[in-house]
Amino acid sequence: MDIYQIICWILSIFTLGCAIGVIMSRSPINSVLFLILTFFSISAHYVMMNAQFLAIVNIIVYAGAIMVLFLFVLMLMNLNSDTEPQKNFLIQFAGVISGGALLLVFVAAIKSTFTGLEGKMIDLSQSTNIGLIQNLGTMLFKEYVFPFEIASVLFLSAMVGAVVIGKKDKQLSTTE
Amino acid sequence: MPLFLYFCGLNTQRMFLLAITISFIIQKIILAAIIIGGSLGIALYATWAERKVSAVMQDRRGPTRAGPFGLLQPLADGVKMFMKEEIIPIFSNKFLFVLGPSLAMVVALMSSAVIPWGPDMKFADGTSFSLQVADINIGMLYVFGVVSLGVYGVMLGAWASNNKFSLLSGLRAAAQAISYELALGLSMISLVMMTGSLSLNDIVSQQHGFWDGNWFSWNVFKQPLAFLIFLVCSFAELNRAPFDLAECESELIGGYHTEYSSLKLGFYLFAEYISMFITSVIISTLFFGGYNFPGMDAVATMVPSPLFSIICALVLLTKAIGFILFFMFIRWTIPRFRYDQLMNLGWKSLIPLALINMLITGAVILYFNK
Repeated sequence: MDIYQIICWILSIFTLGCAIGVIMSRSPINSVLFLILTFFSISAHYVMMNAQFLAIVNIIVYAGAIMVLFLFVLMLMNLNSDTEPQKNFLIQFAGVISGGALLLVFVAAIKSTFTGLEGKMIDLSQSTNIGLIQNLGTMLFKEYVFPFEIASVLFLSAMVGAVVIGKKDKQLSTTE
Repeated sequence: MPLFLYFCGLNTQRMFLLAITISFIIQKIILAAIIIGGSLGIALYATWAERKVSAVMQDRRGPTRAGPFGLLQPLADGVKMFMKEEIIPIFSNKFLFVLGPSLAMVVALMSSAVIPWGPDMKFADGTSFSLQVADINIGMLYVFGVVSLGVYGVMLGAWASNNKFSLLSGLRAAAQAISYELALGLSMISLVMMTGSLSLNDIVSQQHGFWDGNWFSWNVFKQPLAFLIFLVCSFAELNRAPFDLAECESELIGGYHTEYSSLKLGFYLFAEYISMFITSVIISTLFFGGYNFPGMDAVATMVPSPLFSIICALVLLTKAIGFILFFMFIRWTIPRFRYDQLMNLGWKSLIPLALINMLITGAVILYFNK
C-alpha cells in the first residue's frame, strides 16, 4: 500500500459515509450539509484522477450554488424532526416502489459500466491529461460540439421557462 | 505491470502527489504560515485603519489612547473579545452555531493559497523557492469556487442562532451572494478570454512591467469594464457597505451575528477584514499587474533574486493596501442600498453589462487574430 492507495481508501470510505449520512439524518439541514461534504469528497476523487477542472466546477456549481439554494429553501420551511408530518401508508408504499425502481436503474447502470472495463479505466500509468481544461475544451468543441450545443439550448429553454413561471401575472394583480 | 511501475514512482510527471518530498512539504508549510500570519496581521491593522479612516472622514480623531496614534487599539479590542462572556442561545443548534464563524474564517483564508506573491527566489546554489503555495492551472476557478463557498459561514451561523433577524439576514446574504456571483463570474470570463489561461501565474506574467510596446500591459487598461464589474461585485461578496444588507443595523439589529458574543463574534468581524485583504490582493493580481511594477527589469538586474522577489511582494502588498483603503473610503461615503435597488443593480445592470463586455472582447479577439 503506498500513499496513493491509502488516500484513495480513506477518501472512498469518507465519501460513502457522507452519502449514507445524507439519507440517514433526520434533520433536512444536516442532510444538506452531508451532501455538501459528499460533493467535496467527489471533487477530491476528481483531483486524484488529475481532472482539476471537473473538481473545481463540481464545487462551484453544486456546493457553491445549488446547495446554497437548497439551504435557502430549507431555512424558510423550518422543518424539524418533531414538526415532520406523519406520512400515510400509501405514500410510504409508493416511495418504496419508486425507490426500488431507481435502485434497479442504478444497478443496471453500474453493471453496464463494469462490462468492458479495460477501455474505460483511466490508466494512471500514462500521464492522463484528459481532465485538464485545455483537453476538455478541445474535446467538447471538436468531437462533442453538437451534444454540447444541444445541452446549452436545453438550459436556455429551462431558464426561459423559469422566468415565465416566476413572472407576475399582471392581469391577475389588477383584478384583485 | 504499468500500475506497479507507477506506484514505484518511476513515472514522475504524472502526479505531483508522488513527487512530494519532505523539503517540499516544509517549504510549503513555512510559506503558508507566513502568508496566513501576514494576512492576520494586516487584517488586524485594517480594523485600526478603518477607525482612523472613518475618523478622518467624519472630522474626528479616532483611537488615540492605546499606544502612539492608537496603534495598540487592535490588541485592546482582541483582549476585550477574549474576556467577554461566551453565550450560546439555548434553542440554537450548538454545532452549527460554532461551525458558522469557524467556516467564515477558514474560507476567508483559503484563496490566499493560489496567489503568486512574487517571482521565484533563485539562490546562488541553483535552488529556487516559489512564492506561491499552489500553482494550479485553474487558479482563477479556484478563487471563484472559494468565493461561492463564502456564504456558508453566514448562512449556517444565521440559521443556527434561531433568531428571526438572523435568519432574515442569512437569507439576504445568500440571495445577494448568488446574484452577484453571476456578474463576477461573467466579468472573469472576459478576462480569461483575453489572457487565454486560468492560471494566476500566467495572468500575472502576462502583465509584466507596465508598457508592452503598444499599450499598457496591466489588465485594467485592457478590460476596464470587467474591472469595474469585478470591483462592484466584490463589494457585494464581502458584504461591505454600500451592500451590507446582511448586517443592516437599522432593520436587522446586527444581522447574522445578532446572537453572537465574545470570540465567535470576533471571528465573524475579523473574517470580513481578512477577506477584504485577500480580495484586494486578488483584484491587484487580476487587474493591476500583481507583483509587476514599472521599471522592474532595471531593478531585477541591480539586486539579487531573493531581494527582488521580496520587493515584488511588497509592491503587491502596497497595491492591496491601496484597495483596502478604497474599500474603506467607499464605506464611509456611500449610504446603504435598499434591497430592491441591490437586486436591480445586480440582475438588470451588472449581468447585461458583463455579457456585453464578453461579446466585445470576443469580437476584438476575433478581429485581431483573424
